[in-house]
Order: sequence, then structure tokens, then C-alpha cells
Amino acid sequence: MANLQAIRDTVAEQRIFLGRLFVAVIFVLFASGVVVARLTQLQVIEHEHYADLSQGNRIRIEAAPPTRGLILDRNGNVLAQNLPAYQLEMIPEQVDDIDAALDALIDAGLVNGDYRDEIRDRIRRSTSFNPVTLAERLDDAAIAKFARLRPFFRGIDIRARLVRDYPHGDLAAHVIGYVGRLSAQDLDRVDTTNYAGTAQIGKTGIELTYEDVLHGTVGHNEVVTTAEGRAHSYTPRAEPEPGRNVYLTLDLELQRVAESELKGQRGAIVAIDPTNGEILAMASAPTFDPNEFARGMGTNAFAALQADLDRPLFNRAISGRYPPGSTIKPILGYGALVSGRTTATRVTHCEGHFSLPGSTHRYRDWKPEGHGIVDLSEAIAQSCDVYFYELAQDMDIDLMHDFLVQFGLGATLGIEIPGEKAGIVPSRAWKRQSFRRRADQVWFPGETVIASIGQGYMLATPLQLAHATAAIAMRGQRARPHLTLRDEDQLTGATFEYEKSLLPAVGHADEHAWVHIVEAMQDVLRSVRSSAFAAGRGAKYDIAGKSGTAQVFSVAQEVEYDELELDERLKDHALFVAFAPVEAPRIAVAVIIENGSSGSSVAAPIARALTDSWLNR
Amino acid sequence: MFREEAQLQRGTTPTTTTWFARAHIDPPLLAGVLLLCAFGLFVLYSATGQSSARTMSQAVRLGVALVAMITLAQIPPRVYRRWAWVGYALGLALLLVVLVAGVSGKGAQRWVYIGFRFQPSEIMKIAVPMASAAYLYTRSLPPNLMSLVGLVAIILPPVLLIARQPDLGTAILIGASGAIVVLLAGLRLRVIIAIGAVIGAALPLIWQQLRDYQRQRVLTMLDPQSDPLGAGYNIIQSKIAIGSGGLFGKGWTNGTQGQLEYLPERSTDFIFAVIGEEFGLLGVMTLMLLYLFVVGRGLYIASQAPDSFSRLLAGSLTLTFFVYVLVNTAMVTGLLPVVGVPLPLISYGGTSMVTLLGAFGILMSIQTHKRLLPR
Repeated sequence: MANLQAIRDTVAEQRIFLGRLFVAVIFVLFASGVVVARLTQLQVIEHEHYADLSQGNRIRIEAAPPTRGLILDRNGNVLAQNLPAYQLEMIPEQVDDIDAALDALIDAGLVNGDYRDEIRDRIRRSTSFNPVTLAERLDDAAIAKFARLRPFFRGIDIRARLVRDYPHGDLAAHVIGYVGRLSAQDLDRVDTTNYAGTAQIGKTGIELTYEDVLHGTVGHNEVVTTAEGRAHSYTPRAEPEPGRNVYLTLDLELQRVAESELKGQRGAIVAIDPTNGEILAMASAPTFDPNEFARGMGTNAFAALQADLDRPLFNRAISGRYPPGSTIKPILGYGALVSGRTTATRVTHCEGHFSLPGSTHRYRDWKPEGHGIVDLSEAIAQSCDVYFYELAQDMDIDLMHDFLVQFGLGATLGIEIPGEKAGIVPSRAWKRQSFRRRADQVWFPGETVIASIGQGYMLATPLQLAHATAAIAMRGQRARPHLTLRDEDQLTGATFEYEKSLLPAVGHADEHAWVHIVEAMQDVLRSVRSSAFAAGRGAKYDIAGKSGTAQVFSVAQEVEYDELELDERLKDHALFVAFAPVEAPRIAVAVIIENGSSGSSVAAPIARALTDSWLNR
Repeated sequence: MFREEAQLQRGTTPTTTTWFARAHIDPPLLAGVLLLCAFGLFVLYSATGQSSARTMSQAVRLGVALVAMITLAQIPPRVYRRWAWVGYALGLALLLVVLVAGVSGKGAQRWVYIGFRFQPSEIMKIAVPMASAAYLYTRSLPPNLMSLVGLVAIILPPVLLIARQPDLGTAILIGASGAIVVLLAGLRLRVIIAIGAVIGAALPLIWQQLRDYQRQRVLTMLDPQSDPLGAGYNIIQSKIAIGSGGLFGKGWTNGTQGQLEYLPERSTDFIFAVIGEEFGLLGVMTLMLLYLFVVGRGLYIASQAPDSFSRLLAGSLTLTFFVYVLVNTAMVTGLLPVVGVPLPLISYGGTSMVTLLGAFGILMSIQTHKRLLPR
């Protein structure tokens, strides 16, 4: 049937079909012609236009971050440098399943599982085409491992970058400070153009204060990029200008001695060159490793550091405020001598306690049986409290205040790094300003008594004590304490010296009074009746000093004072200040050991270790 | 009949002709197809970002497709004619399965899992023109109104099912393959004009039925700059790729648009832009000539076919192949909206390769089984 039909229609059908096929051929040729015409338009007539577009498409100007300047000690030892580090980065939009990829990397040991949530959070917050760092400072083994796994991790790659490194670890960490990841708040205070390619910024210490010097100026690369924003090749257009190296006044060797002396304790040491105010060592214990910040610390680790009861991030040397205790006695002695409130020959009979006229309240001497008959010199050498209790009655608090502030106490000294505290030197005026209630604004005679031994309201930082000691060493001449010497161009080595500045000298320049006080301070370390005698024995140079013991916890009247029963943290702070050599001073030191109990037996040997290290070279 | 055989023998030696004829292979068509596929693999290596793995897997698919082509060439056209409705019914059933329980991919349900992922719409690319031609074989030509109604009943259901997936591009192309059968069968001009008028009137209705992204594609074609990072991105980047290629191109694997992945879908739908960028006008012209050679040979086979079924089927398969080429190249050069049609024999992808070479196998069958047909 079908075949019959085919036979019947075949001629007519074929004729019609061939006609239609002819139309189809015309259509094919015409349509092909249209496409070819279009191609000619694009590739010949408009070729240059599209060639320009394709060029502009793939070339992008990318910031080239400058190399951060080094931080060095006074002898050129490197304290902060930059090391190339390989880090693992993810471009989120290229990864199909971010969670699965992260888990796989954690299983492979390439990413720390503790930081998983944090990384997830960073990915959520970043734009999807910008790389997010998954792991920093990959070691060779990790790099080799990832090289094998790379094909299975689309959108994840290793990139080389310069990362801040502190070769001496926690040494001088509080002075140097650290850099950390550039945050949104940081971007508010810097020139964002100059920081376009920068990942890290100074967060504390010299790294923060000298950020402008250390950072340098951004350069530009012409980068050929893929559509996904991944760099394909680089051509430098403007070289970045590296940051300048900063030289500190610190001496690496002395700093090391200071920190080893503090190891395992809470406390601070400041050593100053009295002639020019250069800080030779500044240590605060416990300390921390700034490398952890530079490498990117997890929020948990940071929280742990902050929550630490010993406060390792706290720079005790400039921010720690301590009752100065007996270390202020030489200053008060000098003030009393030059103001005529006492004489070198005046004596007091010390029976171990003192009471104000018309009062039964006893102010105790540290030595319960008393020092017997003492003059000013002996009162300083043996640290007799009763002598100064009486002297305070003749001087009164306001005159004491006037002399103490002349030595730099009670005000900031203008050190370069942030966090410096002013401390307190009380006076009647100070009390009026500091208390709101009228009843609290009244100055009581008893407050003058305890102020004479550096207790009560009085607070000073280790830096202030070192500076005041340097002022005594220099017979009243004062140089502003500072931490930086100069900066230096990384490429040419051209240096720029920082200006040193003097502070107003202590008034009433009286050579006899100075000699008297300094000799008394020498006796602290050489008199057999002084408790710091042991610390001064065998010195190859003349050394002068003064101990101090600051009460943390006031002992109630009539209660026997028993150190052993006190909680460790309620023990007295041990202080010692010293300078040497006496005739041509080259170093002034202040040492504070929190809850160290005794200034002369705990803090004095530490001060001696520093003067030895500096002077016996 | 004899004239055709004489022509066939003129260019080749008698022995090979006999061998090819016995193997039911049409040498010119085979040569054209192989040249296209070789060119395709060469370009694909560059377009996949120089991935040997993907190029190899495409080569393997090509091998499978060639086997399918040779196999289908062995089956006489009368078998196709008698069994056309079975293939058609099977395809329709599978399309219904997709609609109910299909696997989703890229926002559309096109796949059904039967041992492997399979797109039933691929069957329809051959089944629809085959069923249409088989139907018309039983009717007198040119088709009358009754025949037309029958054809609409054959063509429309699969087209609507595929459009619902939604895969508008394939739906239109399959509809076109059926329509080509009707046109080749000699549908009268006034009927064609009438149908055209009806479709024209229906366009606003179709516009309402389109999904948002489909409308967006049409609008984007009209003004690609309106959404340069969204829907217009593909077209802009592909025009940049082709235009920047110039006369001679940037060289194999040196096209920045393709290699740096500015060009989306560079190894699939937009591979033509890679050719334009890396081989220039010279390269795309060569490719167009290869396509025209294959289409020309296909139309020649159609013109020489002995019965209306073979003629209509050969003509439709060949012209549909050309429509694929046309739609893809017009899309990539910004003449048509982005409809997601691969460049035949060049684009990376599995099922479409088998379907295309299968169609050429059927063409070869039509060409080589003539003298065995009862007259």
C-alpha cells in the first residue's frame, strides 16, 4: 500500500521536494552570508575596538605593598624583620562547597581545626572574589602535602608573602609591640590608598608609634588577571618605597639580662643612660611572643592572653603604677636639705614607731625595734621610716610635692610608645581636685606621714623611678627618656637622627646637698648596717641606690605582721633604684618585683646585675 | 539512479567505493564529519584551558558516537520508517518521566537517570523528524489540511514538554526539525503565510508564558550593555573575544578572553568565540566552509533519496544540523538571544555528539541502501 502510494506520487513529489530543497539551499547560503558578514564586522571593521576592550579587560593596576622597615637595637641587632612566608588562601566564589573543602583541609592537617569557626566567619565577611587566608607560615612539609592535593581543591592555593618576624621572640616585646591584621578601625586612621596592598599594621609599641616611618609608600603593579580575579603575571609600574629602619636606644645584651632576671616573676625594669635619657633596657614580666600576633592569633588565644591574671600584655614599665615606697627618701632628703627643713647633723631617736601629737595611732617603722639615733645619711642608708615621719611634719605635703614633681614624678615623661601613665604625687590641691565630696577633699596630717615613705596616694611608674634616679645621678640635670635614636633609609642607608630634649633641671642646685644624698645612697650598698649590703659587695665601680618596699595591703593596727601568712599576691612589692658609676654616671636603673617582699634582698641584686652587665664590658 | 552512482565513482577508485558502499558509509560525509571533529578536539584542548583530560574524554565520546553512526548506517531506511513511531513513543514517555522525576541541573529539569544521565530531548531530535516523515510517507503530498493536523499532533507534544523543562532552545529546534519536514513536503505557500500570521499574532501570548530569565535573554540581545555584569556579560565577552581575534587570530591557546576565563561557557556554548579569538576570521571562515560542505552533502543525499520518507528525513536532519550551526554562531556573535545551543561537533558534551553522528549515520543509510530497495 505504502509502496503503491510512493510509486503513484513519486514524480510530482520529487519535483516539489527538489523545489523546496532549492529554496533551502538559498536559505542556507543567505544565512551563512549573514553570519559571515557579522563576523567580518566584528573581526575586521570593529577589530581595533574589541582588541582594546580585550586588553583593558585583563589588565588591572594592583597595589604593591612596601617592605616594612626593620627595628634594630642601638648596636644594629635586628629586633623586628620580614620573612617570606607561604600561606594557604581561598577564593570563596571558586569553591563549590566551602565547608567540605575546609573539613578536608583540616583532616589533611593543613588548617588548624581550632580556627574553623573563625575562618568561616572571615569567609562570610569578605567579598567572594578576594582571597581569605586559611593558614599562615606553611612549612615545607605542608607545602609538599598541598602540592599533591592541589588538583582536588579548586579555588584554594598557596601564595608567598612577607610576614613580620621577631627573631628574639618575647624579648622587649612590650617596647617593640607587634603588628596585626589590618582591621576596619585601622583603615579609618590611615591613608587607605597607601595601605591598599598592606596586610599588617602596627598595633602597639614602636610598631604603632613609628607606623608612618616603618610602613613606606605603596607602589603599583600591572597585573594580568583572569576573569576570576586571580593574578596571571605581574609587571611593576611604580616600585614601592620601602619603610625606614628604626634604631632603638635599647641594648640587646642588657635587655636580655633584664628579662632573664625577671623570668618567672611579675615586675618591671627600666635602665636609662642618665646623661642623655636613652633607655638602655625596658622589661616587663610576664611577657608575650609578638610573633603570635604577626602570624595571626586566634580570638581564643588572644582572649586567653587578655584574661591572664598576670596580664602579660600590660607594659608594667610605663603603665604599671606602684607605691614608690622608700625609693623617694633621697628626693625628700634633698628637698629638706635645700629648703632648710633639716640639716645634715639633725638626728632623730627611732624607737620603731611614730605618733602624731595628740594621737595614739602608731605609724610603724619597718624595723619593729627601731634604728636608734639616726641622722639623714643613716636614715637613707638604713631606710629609717621614723626619721622621715618626723621630717614630713617639718616639710608638709605641699613642699614634698614640689620637690617630687621636679624629679619627674606625677606627670608623664613623653615616652614614644603608648600607654604611659602619670602616676600620682599627692598634695592639698591634688586632693581637692580629685575628690568630689567636700569631706573627702580635706587633707589629713596622717596622710602626710605615710606620703613621706612613698605610701598612701602616691604612685609612680618604673620609668618615672628610673628617670628620677637618673636625675639624682646627674645632680639635677634631666634628659627626656626616649626609646629611639634614628631612622634609616633601607636602600641608601641615609640616616635621620632624632632630636634629644632636656627637661627642666631640679631647682636649688646645691652641690653639698647632692654630695650628701649621693653618699647616703652609696652607703645603702656599702654599709654593713644596710640590708642591701650584699647587693653592693664586690662592685668594680662606685654604685649608689635605694631600696623600697611598697605595701599592697595595709596591716591593721595591733596585728602582728607575718609575711608568710599573707597571700602571695598581697605580699609587699620589692623596689630598688640605683645608678653607677657615682662620679660619672652611665646607667640608672629602677627594678620592681611585684609581691617580692623585700627591696634590698630581691630587687637590689637584680639592679646590680644590670649595672654589672653594662659597666663591666 | 545510475547517474548518481557514476558520480560517486568518478572521484574515487572503484575498489574503495565498493568497500565503503558495502560498509554503508558515505565517504564525503564521513570526511567532512571527521574533519569537523578533529578541528573540534584541537580547539577544545585550548578552550578547556589546555585540559588533556577533558579533551581525551571528548575524544572517547567521539569514538562512541562514530560507532553509533556506523551502526545506524547499517539499518535500512524502511526499518526506520516502520519503527519510527516506537522511537517517538519511547521519547515521549521519557519526557513525561523527566517532568515527574527528572534530575535537575542548572535550574532546569532535563535529565533522566537510566544507568547514566540521559537527556530524552536528544532522542526527539531524531524521533520527531523521523515520525513526521514516516507519517507523511503514508499521505499524499503536498500535505493537505488533515495531514497538517496530524503533523501538529506529532510535533507539538514533545515541543511543549521540552519547553516546560524549561529548555526553550531545544524545544524550538525540535519544533523546527518537524516544521522543516512539513516545508520540504511542499506545504502550500498560502498555508505557510497563514501559519506565520497566526504565530505572529501569538507572539505576545508566548512572551507572557516565558520565564523571567528567558525574557531577560531576549531583552539582553536587544541591548547587551544594559546589564554588562549580569545577563549581558556573556554576549559582551564573546563579542570582545571574536572581535579582538581579527583576521588571523591570537594563535592557538593564546586567546586572552578564553584562557583567562573572561569568556563564560568557553568550552561548551561559546566555543565558537574561542575559535574566533584564536584563529581569527580565517579560522571561523574555514569552519563555516566545513559546515557548508557537510550540509551540502546532506542536501545532495536528500535530493537523491528514492522515496518521500528518506527525502524528507534526510532533508530535515541536514537542515536541522544547519539550524544548530546558525543559531549557535548567531547567538555567539550577538545576532540572536542566548538560547543555550552547543556548536555541533565542536562543543564539549556527550549526548549531543551521539545524536548528531547518529543523524549522519541515518543519512549514510539513506545514501547507501538505495539500490537494495525494492522498486
